[in-house]
Amino acid sequence: MAEYFAAWFPAGWEFLGYTLAALLQAILLVHVIALGAFVFIWAERKVSGRIQDRLGPTRTGGAFGWLQSLADGIKLLSKEDLMPKDADPLLFRLAPYVAFAAGFAAFMALPFASGWVALHLNVGLFFLIAVLGLEVFGVILAGYSSGSKWALFGAMRQAAQVVSYEVPLGICVVIPLMICGTMDLVAIGDQQRGLFTNWLIFHDPFIFLVFWVYFTCAVASVNRAPFDLAEAESELVAGFLTEYSGIRWSLFFMAEYGSMILVSALAAILFFGGWNGPLPIFSALMDNFSYLAECWWFSTLANLLGVVNLLLKASIGVIAMMWVRWTFPRLRVDQVITMCLKYCVPIAAVCFLGVMVWTALGVPFMNDLLPSQNRALVREGWVHESDQRAVEFLQRLERNSDQGGVE
Amino acid sequence: MIVLLADTGGAAINWHTVMFYVVALAACGFAAMVAVSSNIVRMAFALIVCLSAVSGLLFLAGAHFVAAMQLMVYVGGTVVLLVFGVMLTAQKAFVSMKTTAGDWILGLVVGGTLLAILGQLIFAVPEWRHSDYQARAEAELAAYEEQLKSHIASGQDVTEAQRRRLADLITLARQGHPEETAQIGLALVGVRADRPSPEVAGYSGYLLPFEIVSVHLLVVLVGAAYLARAKRRRKPLLSSGVSTP
Repeated sequence: MAEYFAAWFPAGWEFLGYTLAALLQAILLVHVIALGAFVFIWAERKVSGRIQDRLGPTRTGGAFGWLQSLADGIKLLSKEDLMPKDADPLLFRLAPYVAFAAGFAAFMALPFASGWVALHLNVGLFFLIAVLGLEVFGVILAGYSSGSKWALFGAMRQAAQVVSYEVPLGICVVIPLMICGTMDLVAIGDQQRGLFTNWLIFHDPFIFLVFWVYFTCAVASVNRAPFDLAEAESELVAGFLTEYSGIRWSLFFMAEYGSMILVSALAAILFFGGWNGPLPIFSALMDNFSYLAECWWFSTLANLLGVVNLLLKASIGVIAMMWVRWTFPRLRVDQVITMCLKYCVPIAAVCFLGVMVWTALGVPFMNDLLPSQNRALVREGWVHESDQRAVEFLQRLERNSDQGGVE
Repeated sequence: MIVLLADTGGAAINWHTVMFYVVALAACGFAAMVAVSSNIVRMAFALIVCLSAVSGLLFLAGAHFVAAMQLMVYVGGTVVLLVFGVMLTAQKAFVSMKTTAGDWILGLVVGGTLLAILGQLIFAVPEWRHSDYQARAEAELAAYEEQLKSHIASGQDVTEAQRRRLADLITLARQGHPEETAQIGLALVGVRADRPSPEVAGYSGYLLPFEIVSVHLLVVLVGAAYLARAKRRRKPLLSSGVSTP
């Protein structure tokens, strides 16, 4: 996208094109989080209402109360801006923005369609997992700077929970990485094109089990119930959020909903084929009619539907998280850590060994991912253009010397 | 004269240079704040931002894997530990720390010496003196290629040594590109996929350091678990035969 905009400007002014592209990508990403939070807060109230055999919001904005989130936002904006006397003023004000920034930074490396990613990193998956672990700073800062012991205890417990669940999350994420052979999320998604049986979750029974462990660890690391003891009113007032009200509180919740969307979208890419739909309509057409593969409007249309696919799968994941929240009772803190260390880590490690053995021994897969030569093509390139010519030249020289003469 | 600004290629603003200066300023500024601030919690926060800025510098240099590793290990691990320790011990006595003038002078002397040594070393590496060494390496490769082509065109043979020099120049031109993670993985198990030629010394893989560090980490983990174990009581609190009224 950057080169497309840069071509609009005369020579020497391309930096304006890059600026425009960067601004556009940032605006789009912020809208994903903001509109996602808007929709999912409304959805949470509706889903929780239905599970509890009531209706949820029905009045604001028409039949389904779909403007409830807007009303909530207006209410939160107009609340009084309080700060406790013992609070550290700078850190108290800074904490929600740190939490939000960490959540937002991870979206930069998340692809929404083949090639539609703000920051196309070779180590995209690694970067995502590293940045997910930075959200704990907002929590710790909020808990400390509130100047109250409930906030501090809540923040310490939440930080311990997030940090300890990063371990099984990392192991679960390494397994699809191992199968696909690359950390590039675009390449992982592209390798799952075709029929829905090509999705990585159907690759072997170990990775099927790993998806459920990943889901559990993801719910724990975004601090959703049943792992939300840090916000549990029965224990700690509201944990690290005790002293926050108004727009600062809503920033924390936007960060939480943003993280929920992120881990669901990551699960969709790693396990459920990402932007590929269940039936290979566009990819089959593009494989058989090469003219279509060259058309920019056809591939853009395919990518747009890919974005819709990915957001649909991420939404299903988020609604499943809400479903789990309003169904299961909350876990105690020692039960949370037991679950992590005694259940999630061993299961993830055993599945890791299982997948490694399955792949290394060449046991036939339950699906057929792209054949291995195509896999090498979608993997990271080993040479760059400028060296490619030189390498070919060198190979030609070697072949000539093998043939014993100069042409 | 050392060129401080990167080659802009004719553009009015080179965003790479601008971002480099912004991120470097953030790194140095927050590091100074760590040294200058008297509130220990704010020091910890400033350290977080400083290490994140260093990660940003690594991204700008094209070392994506190392940058993500910096985020995960330093910012995500070490500083979380630091912040935990600081938070839980930040009693009133420690919240504001005053450094005496003697400490300031000692710190400046030690820090200044280290800065002088590092600066000397950095500017002594020839490839790091100019900001366009990548373009020059590619230009040298292209020139050598042309030279060999003209050799062949005039009917001469290409010797083994010339072919090896071409392979070496290809490797040098590749060094500036953002690294590919697979090469790092291969190097860690002992295969240097980017070796210029087998005869050049010092290009074996990193298998031995990798194994040593892994065993070291295992020892540290076992030691930490042992030190943090729940200690069993030596004698029982109450004998079980006591009858309660």
